Amino acid sequence: MKTLISLIINDKEYEVAVEPNRTLSDLIRYDLGLTGTKKGCEMGECGSCTVILDGKPVNSCLVLAVQADGRYVKTVEGLETEEGLHPLQDAFIRHGAIQCGFCTSGMLLSAKNLLENNANPDETEIRRAISGNLCRCTGYQKIVEAIDSVSGRTEKMGGKS
Amino acid sequence: MTSFAVINSRASRIDAPDKATGRAMFIDDFTMPDMLWGALLHSPLAHARILKIDTSRAKSLPGVRAVITAKEAGLVKYGVSPARYDETMFCHDRVRYVGDEIAAVAAVDLETAMEAISLIKVEYEELPAVLTIEEAMADGAPRLHDEYPGNMCAEVHHEFGDVEKALAACDIVRTDTMQSKRQDGGFIEPQGCIADFGKRGYLTLRTATQVPHYVQRTIAMVLKLPVGKVRVIKPYVGGGFGPKAEANPMEMSACLLSMKTGKPVKMNYSREEVFLHSRARHSFTHTMTTGAKKDGTIMALKNECYLEGGAYSSFGIATVYYAGSLLGGPYKMPNMQYDGYRIYTNKPACGAQRGHGGVIARAAWEQQLDVIAEELSMDPVEFRLKNMMVAGDISCNELKMNSLGMRECIEAVRDGSGWKKKKGKLPKGKGIGMSCGFFVSGAGYSIYRSDTYHCTVTTRVSEDGGTVHVYTGSAEIGQGSDTTFAMITAETLGIPLEWVRISSGDTDFGVDLGAYSSRQTLMTGHATKEAAEDIRRQILGVLTRELKVDIAELDVKDGYVVFKHEGVDFSDLRRRYLREHRGWKDQPEGDRLTFREAARIAYLVRGSIIGKGKYKPQNLGGGHKGAAVGTSPAYGCSAQVVEASVDMDTGQITLEKMTDAHDCGFAINRTSVEGQMQGSLMMGLGEALFEEVIFDDKGRIMNSNFGEYKLPTALDMPDIEPIIVESHEPYGPYGAKEVGEGAIMPTIPAILNAVYNATGVRFWELPLTPEKVYRALKQKSRKKK
Repeated sequence: MKTLISLIINDKEYEVAVEPNRTLSDLIRYDLGLTGTKKGCEMGECGSCTVILDGKPVNSCLVLAVQADGRYVKTVEGLETEEGLHPLQDAFIRHGAIQCGFCTSGMLLSAKNLLENNANPDETEIRRAISGNLCRCTGYQKIVEAIDSVSGRTEKMGGKS
Repeated sequence: MTSFAVINSRASRIDAPDKATGRAMFIDDFTMPDMLWGALLHSPLAHARILKIDTSRAKSLPGVRAVITAKEAGLVKYGVSPARYDETMFCHDRVRYVGDEIAAVAAVDLETAMEAISLIKVEYEELPAVLTIEEAMADGAPRLHDEYPGNMCAEVHHEFGDVEKALAACDIVRTDTMQSKRQDGGFIEPQGCIADFGKRGYLTLRTATQVPHYVQRTIAMVLKLPVGKVRVIKPYVGGGFGPKAEANPMEMSACLLSMKTGKPVKMNYSREEVFLHSRARHSFTHTMTTGAKKDGTIMALKNECYLEGGAYSSFGIATVYYAGSLLGGPYKMPNMQYDGYRIYTNKPACGAQRGHGGVIARAAWEQQLDVIAEELSMDPVEFRLKNMMVAGDISCNELKMNSLGMRECIEAVRDGSGWKKKKGKLPKGKGIGMSCGFFVSGAGYSIYRSDTYHCTVTTRVSEDGGTVHVYTGSAEIGQGSDTTFAMITAETLGIPLEWVRISSGDTDFGVDLGAYSSRQTLMTGHATKEAAEDIRRQILGVLTRELKVDIAELDVKDGYVVFKHEGVDFSDLRRRYLREHRGWKDQPEGDRLTFREAARIAYLVRGSIIGKGKYKPQNLGGGHKGAAVGTSPAYGCSAQVVEASVDMDTGQITLEKMTDAHDCGFAINRTSVEGQMQGSLMMGLGEALFEEVIFDDKGRIMNSNFGEYKLPTALDMPDIEPIIVESHEPYGPYGAKEVGEGAIMPTIPAILNAVYNATGVRFWELPLTPEKVYRALKQKSRKKK
């Protein structure tokens, strides 16, 4: 039996009928076509499916779509604004923080959440904030450097999640 | 010093904007109209005879469109090396590991496909399984493959020089045994694919692979299709590191299911299936005897290795050779003996993984060399410098180092880490260690015996002259190859990077053996450069005729044609260009002829401007059997210093700093080179400290997930200082050679040597879990009392 839910993803309202066992990640990816959110393990371990749900980063593979009813979701597709790329996106590109790119969406959202709660994180705080996002390519260092380069500029970042 | 406009810079990767915005398409991001979903049935037993497969209930489940087993798939044998084709698409008489594929289903959705899988009834007669090398080699042990008695998948026996004689004349001889555990590839994107068999009999397979070319050939062979009717397309791939460098049963199943149903079929591995399919790092047991003179000269190495290989060969034939041949350098050593054995066991097949075959050999030997240096009261850095090969040297197993910045690497990490201030002066629990290593820059020979080019590149200038489009079958898997080839093209043509597009990873674009053995920068780089030179020659050739100037008078820089001498009148060319572009807003102006104008005129004269490039290695040395595994046009090398802190009460190891210098010949993209170094070190750190695939006594993986199989997180990684050394490889495009795998070579032994320096304990078994370290520290303090 499908349930009708409504939720706001990247400032756009969606009304969808979902099966009770549909995960938020599958809803986002397969039903709504927002494939920027990735799936690496479907057990909440790799962080590739990280989205921001009502201001908190979550593994969307561990959230049921029905649990997102009436809530706000931010995915990687919602980071760019009319003014251009989000400063974190720009920093990831410039610092070489992206190799295969599969973890990138989740990393960006974890980093965004960090900077919104802590404008000037130290290196350990940055590392802790992305420790739930596995990356097998970069050794994390250029990701940490990219995030660090944006810290302290949070006020310019605008946007809400 | 030549200056470059594009290469050797820190240009942003061309795929980064798409990846940063979620636009980049990976395999699971694709869907097709009317697409079916597929699923696989895996063996629950490690070793059993198949008595009966009943698919009737699965077939009659509503929504199921096809069920295939060996009966439908046939029994064409395949594998990686033609010398060991020991797999069939599905098991028909026997299953050989927990995970072996028995059947596949296509249905209207994934849930139905999985339900159908659960309805397939297989009757087994369980057979005794062999899960360790000892069990597999025991007298009377059950045999996995009838053709391979003693479960001996492959053995190698090499001797260069006279090892016994050399050892007898040595002042110091040491024997140590080191053991590693199975590692998983740990790429974050599981394998997936979509196969579409069209109505005209052409098969298109989109798949997360490192090697579209080999997948194309294997699929064609197994499904009995002409190679030309099989097209393999690689979308963006979420990491590979080796295990994605061969065709897998899921790809073949999707193709056959599409052929049976006439519809596109999508399949994905779950994370558990990634572990089951494996094809990742073997478990190695090396016993090494090394002899040296009192003055520290290394004289001989006797290396014996047993590889626990799993149920099939996969890349294992190459692995067992590499585990010997990759110790031929980077030290001068006149005598080397190697005896390698790869053993079949009832476990998932191991294959290639970053640093293929050489990582544990390197770990064992470099730790042993440290022990020898200590016994000789020599500083480990000085000991290594004393024995170092130099450019032009040929190893005893005929590996020729045409360039070798090994000494520069050692000096760079010594000075960069403050080695002299720290070595021997750190408090208990803190340690510093170093190591060296090297790796091939592309396998010298293709996996199947062939005279084929290793890569072909076709580059096409758009007819307006404004865009240069590179077509290559090479595989961007995250390492940055697309950016590398775009940069080489821009540099060679003298145009901005922004004018270059690249389409890669498609077998329709020609032959490229793919992303393995750290081959693409050197090999595809050569072909890319040649294709760009071809275009340059064609365009400038037209200009010489149109403008009546000698070709030597012409060059292209920053997108403009440069004339060596002033006063060349190109107004007629400009007039012709402008006439064809009335009303356009971006007309060329000023007193310089643009590349765009020149390219357009060349098109008007010659038709489409298409450049061709190709590459295969020069004739490489090595007459002995197996010499093909290890010979390469060039070798990358590196040195590392690791600083470690060990909690003497708990055994917990924390790495504080890693200093890494790598000779990549010439850095096409400096940021990408550093990224490969940092990523390599992370993979080495994981294998050294905590990564291990664990099995129960039935051959089932106990930790086939990222909760229990531990990959390094951002908190586990220390600060890494990457130092790029450039030795200018004569056989590399612009002097470039590998960085993707060589950089992992010194990591594990540098960690082992640092841990010894901190604790006074040598560890000869990986990984160095806190429990293992704690027990060893306790044992040591007990001995002292």
